[in-house]
Amino acid sequence: MTIRHHIEDDLLVSYASGALSEGWSIAVATHLALCPHCRARLETAEAVGGQLLDAITPEQVDALAWDQLRTRIASGATAPEVAPRPAAIASDIPRPLRDYIGGGIDAIKWRNLGKGASQMRLRTGDPTTQVRLLRIPAGKPVPEHTHRGRELTLVLSGSFHDEEGSFGPGDIEDADGSVLHQPIASPEADCICLAVTDAPLKFSSWIVRALQPVLGI
Amino acid sequence: MVPPDDMDATDPLSDLLVAVGTTRDMEAFQTLFRHFAPRIKSYMARGATSALQPDEIMQETMVAVWNKAALYDPTKGSASTWIFTIARNQRIDAYRRATRPEFDPNDPAFVPSSEPAADDRMQTQQTSKSLRRAIETLSTEQSEVLRLCYFEDNSQSTIAERLNIPLGTVKSRLRLAFAKLRLALEASGDAP
Repeated sequence: MTIRHHIEDDLLVSYASGALSEGWSIAVATHLALCPHCRARLETAEAVGGQLLDAITPEQVDALAWDQLRTRIASGATAPEVAPRPAAIASDIPRPLRDYIGGGIDAIKWRNLGKGASQMRLRTGDPTTQVRLLRIPAGKPVPEHTHRGRELTLVLSGSFHDEEGSFGPGDIEDADGSVLHQPIASPEADCICLAVTDAPLKFSSWIVRALQPVLGI
Repeated sequence: MVPPDDMDATDPLSDLLVAVGTTRDMEAFQTLFRHFAPRIKSYMARGATSALQPDEIMQETMVAVWNKAALYDPTKGSASTWIFTIARNQRIDAYRRATRPEFDPNDPAFVPSSEPAADDRMQTQQTSKSLRRAIETLSTEQSEVLRLCYFEDNSQSTIAERLNIPLGTVKSRLRLAFAKLRLALEASGDAP
């Protein structure tokens, strides 16, 4: 897997700091599972957090706090964690996204969007974002859409291209409202991707405008 | 023993955390507590929006540090960085009641790095020192946005509202700040 499109710095820093909400974090963490380059950048962003914590103005801690903590530990109420979790089953979709789908690509419950495209909405605890999987038929465009805010698209299988470039598995596209883009799936295979937006997507003129040039109708 | 605040020669905090992880050294843990508990409390107080007291979440964080200490690898990062990530996750858990989506290095679909880990403890310390210096060189505006992002659990749009600046400006300040920090690490030979 050769990843060419990475996570923007502001997004990476927000994820490292803990300020990024759940919806965006699913796309960021899934890209990180596939991208050693961005994991190295994440380590730097977390080290920034470590240095900021070290330099923070300390606050007086209750004089009894240490005794309470020590009693709690000595009581055996806390269990040391030693072994990492056992390895999960092999899958074509990495965690954490797999946990939201409930399995790999085969487990996706597609709903028809029309003209061969389909989607599955993913349930999260984050009301500020919409998270969905999209499947675009080989050689076809994503329904043309506008969005007011940010849109993150992570390719899981197949590939697409638009005005910004070509995106394959693991690549992430970060588009804000100013980008009018019309992604088109590559002809070799259907393109499956994760899309996170902060405003409801508006599919507009899907038949008339978007498909016209491609289907020649 | 070297005082924990003197991090110039070695990183005694890192040694203490290793001692807690390997031998359950209570004395080492108490020294770590003295250093980190007031900082973690301060960190928790800044993002506070829930009924939970900063003292309580600090306590939960220190319990998590005790429980997870065996997983700490001093070649991967400083004690401060590791404890920051524990505190961050505790805060998300306590304040937002949310799970933080994270990758799983034991997942077969996880793509490991093809390069051997070049990190060592000397380099980890060097990175900390270079970063600390570089953070001090950030502009007031960059530093402000960075601290709001790390300390006060603010989304980019909340920061934009608080500072009354466009969202795009928040993004660009964060990007500039992080680029500057990474450049400083590269210049000192700490980043690949």
